[in-house]
Amino acid sequence: MNKRLTIVLLLILSTWVIAPAALCGKDTIKIGINAPMTGDIPKVGEGTKFAARMWLSDIKAAGGLKVGGKLYQVELVIEDNESKAESAVKVNIKMITEDEVLVIVGPQASKQAVPAGDVANNYRTAMITPWSTNPDTTKDRPYVFRGCFLDPFQGPVLANFITEEFRFKKAAVLYDVASDYPKGLAEFFKKAWEGLHGKGSVVAFESFTTKDPDFSSQLTKIKRSGAEVLFTPQYYNEVALIVQQAHELGWNKPIVGSDSWGSAETVQLCGKECFGLFFSAHYAAAGATGATKAFIDRYKKEHGYVPDDVAALTWDSLLIVQEAIQACGAITGNLDKDRRCVRDALARIKKFDGITGQMTFTEDGDPIKCVVIVKISDKGEYEFYKSVCP
Amino acid sequence: MVFFFQNLVNALQWGSFYALIALGYSMVYGILMLFNFAHGDIFMVGAYIGFGVATGLVALASMGALALPTWLILVLTIIITMFLTSLVGMMVERVAYRPLREAPRASAAITGLMVGIILETGNLALLGARRVRFPTLIESTTYDIGGVFVTNKKIMIVVVSLLLMLALDQFVRRTKWGMAMRAMAFDYAIVPLMGVPINTIAALTFAVGSGLAAAAGILFGVAYPVLDPYMGIVFGWKAFVAAILGGRGSILGATLAGFLLGFIEIFVAMIFPSTLRDLIAYSIILLILTFRPHGFFGEPYSARLRL
Repeated sequence: MNKRLTIVLLLILSTWVIAPAALCGKDTIKIGINAPMTGDIPKVGEGTKFAARMWLSDIKAAGGLKVGGKLYQVELVIEDNESKAESAVKVNIKMITEDEVLVIVGPQASKQAVPAGDVANNYRTAMITPWSTNPDTTKDRPYVFRGCFLDPFQGPVLANFITEEFRFKKAAVLYDVASDYPKGLAEFFKKAWEGLHGKGSVVAFESFTTKDPDFSSQLTKIKRSGAEVLFTPQYYNEVALIVQQAHELGWNKPIVGSDSWGSAETVQLCGKECFGLFFSAHYAAAGATGATKAFIDRYKKEHGYVPDDVAALTWDSLLIVQEAIQACGAITGNLDKDRRCVRDALARIKKFDGITGQMTFTEDGDPIKCVVIVKISDKGEYEFYKSVCP
Repeated sequence: MVFFFQNLVNALQWGSFYALIALGYSMVYGILMLFNFAHGDIFMVGAYIGFGVATGLVALASMGALALPTWLILVLTIIITMFLTSLVGMMVERVAYRPLREAPRASAAITGLMVGIILETGNLALLGARRVRFPTLIESTTYDIGGVFVTNKKIMIVVVSLLLMLALDQFVRRTKWGMAMRAMAFDYAIVPLMGVPINTIAALTFAVGSGLAAAAGILFGVAYPVLDPYMGIVFGWKAFVAAILGGRGSILGATLAGFLLGFIEIFVAMIFPSTLRDLIAYSIILLILTFRPHGFFGEPYSARLRL
């Protein structure tokens, strides 16, 4: 009996403690972070989290986020989407309906960002994905934005780069057919390559499904096809396996990658096999200057390694979000109204000078920005090779 | 022709993994009439233990505490890991299966799935989600034999797998324990009445199966050096298919079916677009099972099956 009474008393007490906090919630701005903390690409989630925490500590150091002359506390709601499409959708719904976030940053990979963007758009909550390059993420979705270039641009850039750099005419592609990003980019690359070299110039277009560790039959086929270069738009964990197996099967021609290669863990997993290879990226850490260098140095000091593209893009996206919230003028406490205000403010941003370069936003909320071609040096660093701007 | 032989080599390596894992499934199923769905995850645990042991040994060797050549490190890693993973397998049997021995078979199968999830998420909690790279124990050397590229790793994987299968065959056929296992497979109900200790045999079966899975895990780490906590799931399913295809409890059957599965997967991708690989590969296996429902070496009657 006594025990039950204590519990009841505790419950009553706890409502007293919680209720005022909930009422005070108006002075707190919540920002949702939808990131792959576990699953296939956990390093991407880690970079997202670290960059977001760095941004938050800046806001905290300034005493809060100033909107219309008033300081607001900022809270980050970081949720794990397990790098699964269905979990990313669940996370978005939870953050929008339960946590009542003002705006969402993430998810990173297109496989999650495409379906999650649909949720954000339906619930009328602005979402900005830092890293998703697939066009479908923002297409016909007024509430969804992004912080990076798009695959219809990246594909042709890579096709042009390989043509100019190596003067090759026949290419092979190996991609994951079960994931939006590699599949989309593989097709854009194929189209661009065939535009340059005529039909049939992509001599092998081979695929696998997520989590396959063995690519020997595909690579044997690619080798026999007479291709001069292998393009593989895969994530960092698969890059290590593909490159190693290709070399073991006697493939000694170039292998070219896309922006998904730009993880801090690619070289760690791949080792010497990856040295000397090219891939497209959002920024090159080696040789950076100005604000970009300041960010890299700070990140490196706090976390012990050079930040990858995802971390830098997340940082930029959060600054874009910050600018939009501040442009809103006031936070009314009416969530629907504030969310719409943030989305309108995001849509009004036309130019942004980020650490990953200058961005000009189109009508659809997509930035126009440069692609950087990076070479993996003999020390395993990502060296700036050239930059291609639209 | 070169193309064909290259794929043959690829398939031999790929099939070795299926065969080694299928053996563990097949033994537990044959002797204890139990689907050990956690077996794929025991393979994963083996790979991770192997990673730990190998990293430790490499560190000791580089500090100069142990002057070991790398091939000896690999041999030691395999032996120590097989032993440790056998203990894990015995523990799984003790904790998850022994209490349910009299329970309906479906409950035991479900338990296996749960143990699998516990092992996966336990690993996630212990080591975090990051990928680990299996240390390079043998430098890869590629031999070009008339256009067919073979690495020393591939040869090593196939040879070690075949040696282990041979050892298992001898163990089951020549030793007293092996005889007890075969007897148990013959009649699960009567043999314990003859004084064969069922608990010991069950534990031993799990230990041997887990040891083989551990060996597969290390060889996997050598061939595909990126490990993740969920790597055992799909492997487990496919090896399970191989075990059934081979016939209940048949060592030769599981071995052959494992290799066959590897061959079908590789050669389907060789002939057809790789997108359709699993679709066509597993349709073929479904077709085989339709005509041989007991697998290659399974018994034609199933009166004793308790499922």
